[in-house]
Amino acid sequence: MEFIAQVQANTALAIGIIIGLGAFGACIGIGIMGSKFLESAARQPELMPKLQGSMFLLAGLIDAAFLIGVAIAMYFGVANPLISALKG
Amino acid sequence: MSSEATTGTGGGGLTEYIQHHLQHNVQQVAGLSFNIDSLIIGFAVGMGILLWFWSIARKATSGVPSKTQAFVELAIEFVDGQVKDSFQGDRRFIAPLALTIFLWVFVMNAMDLLPLDFPGWVVQTIWGAEAAHHFYFRLVPTADINTTFAMSLTVFCLIIFYSIKVKGGFGFIAELFTAPFHAHSVPTKLVLALPNFFLNIVEYLAKPVSLAMRLFGNMYAGELVFMLIAGLMAGMLTGVGGFIGGLFGVAVHAAWAIFHILIIGLQAFIFMVLTVVYISMAHEKH
Repeated sequence: MEFIAQVQANTALAIGIIIGLGAFGACIGIGIMGSKFLESAARQPELMPKLQGSMFLLAGLIDAAFLIGVAIAMYFGVANPLISALKG
Repeated sequence: MSSEATTGTGGGGLTEYIQHHLQHNVQQVAGLSFNIDSLIIGFAVGMGILLWFWSIARKATSGVPSKTQAFVELAIEFVDGQVKDSFQGDRRFIAPLALTIFLWVFVMNAMDLLPLDFPGWVVQTIWGAEAAHHFYFRLVPTADINTTFAMSLTVFCLIIFYSIKVKGGFGFIAELFTAPFHAHSVPTKLVLALPNFFLNIVEYLAKPVSLAMRLFGNMYAGELVFMLIAGLMAGMLTGVGGFIGGLFGVAVHAAWAIFHILIIGLQAFIFMVLTVVYISMAHEKH
């Protein structure tokens, strides 16, 4: 019985670390990219529409690894395969 | 909207609610299991938007366009502009491929805006609560990893096809061992062959995996947040301020749905642009 509690505790910690570190990296990445975008938009305002399109594309790519981490963490949160391996 | 979670607030009811809504409708055909809900919804929305665009394009006139015709032209010009930016070559196959991918992924993602209790509610009103308890149906095909991997593996096959077409069969295999580190003498070539091969395998495998997982992760996380909001806010539906608590839940749902509209369009756009970029990279020779 203690084994299930141990697996659950470690899974909860792992979920927190996955989401936390992923958010940390993604937010810093978006911050750096956004600051460069604003700088270059202030320098050359006529290029802003084109740069904005590329900025959204890059935002999606930067968020990709983070959201994959969130999906995996949520999967462990709601349907933990490590626990079902213990039970069955 | 979440009639099942109100019967058990707290851990048990919420977990059961989420696990019930994460289950696919799986049917066994000839020993293989198929996620029928993803197949049906994917096919239905794909055919829907295909037939809609086709019917508008048939009636296209070169005079003053109607609103729907202007919308279709807007979509086609948007995709064509993107393809022109990334791919310098014969666009007659790539641009329709990009348009198909963009529209289909967009419409499949947009199914996430329907309430996720909707199929269960339909079954409940027609066949009763007991049938609804055993009925599973996931509305979003792109939140199913099979769908996203199917699309990205198709794109992967196209990448390999175009690589072989441009470089030739032997040229393709030779390039696996000689790029990106080039050498001129034969001993150095042999030494560099293995690191080159390893890097190329990683690069080739990362493309379909990242394409599929990016789309799947975004849609799956979006659906899961909808389920969590429904489950957590459902506890406020009972009690004295029942209706007010329900309004609060509606407000939080609406906020997340508005943010999710951006994600829906963005992920479809990213899938299309990356497909075009990967295929244009496959046309490069060293």
